[in-house]
Amino acid sequence: MAPSKAMKKSRKTRTEDESQSQGHEESGYAGMEDWMQPKQLLKPDDQLELTEGELKEEVTRILTANNPHAPDNIIRFSFKENQFKQVAHVDQLAVHFTLDGNLLHKDSEDAKHQMARQALSELGSDFMSGLNATRAQQANDAEADEQGGTFMRSGMTTAMSNRDPDKDEQETQQITIKNKKDVKPANQFNYSERASQTYNNPLRERYVQTEPPPRHNFSANANQWEIYDAYMEDLAKNEKAKAAAAGKTPHHGKGKDDGKHKLAVMADKDGDELKGSMGQPLHILERMVNQNTFDEISEDFKYYEDPADEYKDNGNGTLLPLWTFSNERTKRLAVTALKFNPLYSDLFTVGYGSYDFLKQGEGLMLCYSLKNPSYPEFVFETESGVMCVDVHPTYPYLICVGLYSGHVAVYNMLQNQAPPIMSSAEAKHADPVWQINWQKDDIDTNLVFFSISSDGYVLSWTLVKNELKQNVKMILQDPQATQSVDQPALESGTAMAFHGDLDYLYLVGTEDGKVRTCSKAFSSQYLDTVQAHYMGVYKAVWNPFHSKIFMTCSADWSVKIWDYTYHKKEPMFVFDLNSAVGDVAWAPYSSTVFAAVTADGNVYVFDLSVNKYEEVCRQMVAKKKKTRLTHIQFNPKHPVLIIGDDRGYVQSVKLSPNLRKMPKERKLMTTDAAKAPKDDKKTKEFEKMEKLLSLVREPEKLKDSSST
Amino acid sequence: MGDEGNQQGGAQDNRRLHSYPLIRHSDMNEEMRTEAMELCVTACEKFASNNEAAAKLIKESMDKKFGASWHAVVGEGFGFEIKHEVRNLLYMFFGGTIAIVVWKCS
Repeated sequence: MAPSKAMKKSRKTRTEDESQSQGHEESGYAGMEDWMQPKQLLKPDDQLELTEGELKEEVTRILTANNPHAPDNIIRFSFKENQFKQVAHVDQLAVHFTLDGNLLHKDSEDAKHQMARQALSELGSDFMSGLNATRAQQANDAEADEQGGTFMRSGMTTAMSNRDPDKDEQETQQITIKNKKDVKPANQFNYSERASQTYNNPLRERYVQTEPPPRHNFSANANQWEIYDAYMEDLAKNEKAKAAAAGKTPHHGKGKDDGKHKLAVMADKDGDELKGSMGQPLHILERMVNQNTFDEISEDFKYYEDPADEYKDNGNGTLLPLWTFSNERTKRLAVTALKFNPLYSDLFTVGYGSYDFLKQGEGLMLCYSLKNPSYPEFVFETESGVMCVDVHPTYPYLICVGLYSGHVAVYNMLQNQAPPIMSSAEAKHADPVWQINWQKDDIDTNLVFFSISSDGYVLSWTLVKNELKQNVKMILQDPQATQSVDQPALESGTAMAFHGDLDYLYLVGTEDGKVRTCSKAFSSQYLDTVQAHYMGVYKAVWNPFHSKIFMTCSADWSVKIWDYTYHKKEPMFVFDLNSAVGDVAWAPYSSTVFAAVTADGNVYVFDLSVNKYEEVCRQMVAKKKKTRLTHIQFNPKHPVLIIGDDRGYVQSVKLSPNLRKMPKERKLMTTDAAKAPKDDKKTKEFEKMEKLLSLVREPEKLKDSSST
Repeated sequence: MGDEGNQQGGAQDNRRLHSYPLIRHSDMNEEMRTEAMELCVTACEKFASNNEAAAKLIKESMDKKFGASWHAVVGEGFGFEIKHEVRNLLYMFFGGTIAIVVWKCS
């Protein structure tokens, strides 16, 4: 039955295990056979012969996962329960194939031993070659490590399909290399983070407040008439500018604005306009302000009379300090000349220069008014230090100055700050000009002045047209000096004084202390000579009332009063002042009063009618210590002295009543008209002086020249 | 009659003559001054009838250009007393009748 039906067998019905192999082959072959061609069935010898009926019988077979070789049940004796027990579960595992591998887990003991052993032997040569391999393999290795925790299960080798024997070798190599390097490869899965926090500096708060921007107040009124006025004024200014530009006259000050804005124009007033129209009122205003500032001093000047003078028994007086005149530019200079103006009693001229040979610079000449102590009325600059000034008696605006360089110059006071109208160019003294004096006009009505200098010449200067013509008036020659050389030894002249009445007569003081009387008629001979002092004569000055008396002062600490007609070459009066005397001056109101200044800062006032031997007043006038007082002048009208010092200050002081004693009104005893003196005051003074002198004079040939 | 007419005509002429901007007082530096003046002229011409709007325009433009806190006054008749930061004040006339004060003070 079986063989003939073999063709129509389906696979599901065939189940015989025993004859599997053959049957399988056959059935499969037979399946193919169905399509191709029928084939003669082969029949094995031991095949069961079944009937057709039996062949058609469907035999159901269930496939299970049971191991057919495993027993159905296993009974074991349990010593615990002392009975036979069936093992609950029979192991159905059937191992078909076993192959022992030679892989070791690298963390296991054996692997470590192996690595240690191989590290020693395989150092060096395999290292470098294995490095690249290591790197390439790292990724693979990482994968491998991840997938399989261990690869000790040799049964699972089939799962490791990528494993080849070559790779196994490489891996062992890698392991050894890694041991050598002992570096753990970094990967994105097994790196460890390390973090640390540095020390943060502590915070500190700081606060600053800046200064706010500077602010100004501003106020104005903005109404229609203001606007109108501003525009009108602006138009006027523009027209003026146009007119000036058209007229081709140089127009300074406003021109600079025209170039900039054509539309907008600054409406501020220009400074120049101010001076022109406002000059006089401003001047007055300045005086007023000064008067207000120095109010007390002005009051004192006018009205203050020291009441203490009445109670002083020795007739002493005091000097009340009034204004001080100083200027920025004069701080470094010394006052070298003082002169009151003959016309205006409050105007005086101060010359500034330097007595120091080494510190010579520019000079200044300032004209101050007592009414304005803050600022000079006129300022004149000179190239060299001013040594002496003189104001012309008839033309009080003409000032002649003598300079340290030896030049002389004439200034016009009306032209403030202008250069001199005339100055000596090449013709000059070789040494500083110590004294300068205006003279009466000469025959051609030209102005003349004289100057004396250390170079030994007295020169007369004539203002002819536009230049100064010089003329040697006197050569100071010492007639007694031995003249071994052709060049005569010239004396240095330091002081000069012209007689008030006798035009031709003048005195010359020299640096070695002689006082020589000279005449304008002679140019090389003296009329008379007196050895007045031991050191240089600083000043010689005639008495304004007594025409025969003159006074000299010197660096040898003395002031001497002389009578030039006296037969003996001796002074009438001598005063020792304990310090070099810089200047002396006769008082204009009395023939017996005079003042002197010394280098130690004192002012001495003498009144011979009160005290013949001592001063009536001695007062320290200098502001700072160690200032030398250089010059002194009496004010012609007011009882005021001005004193200059070597720091550039001019101090004015008022004389107390005791210092200005004038002889009382004398009742005329005689009614003789002829005897009645014309110049009442002058004769009185003259007589006063005479009286004094008579006491001092030695009688000449027993003739008494006293008069009462 | 004729005189009055002339006077009126004269006044109008004056106004025309005075229509240019005239700086009365200023302590600004050159460029700031010109710029501010131009700005004021523009503002006044734009808002010829409205002083407030002109002042507003001036103030805001100055704020933008030169920094915070400007003040502007535009008018025809007023008096003033102000505190201003140094070098930041402009006081000018324009158009014959208008006065403008511009200052900075924060």
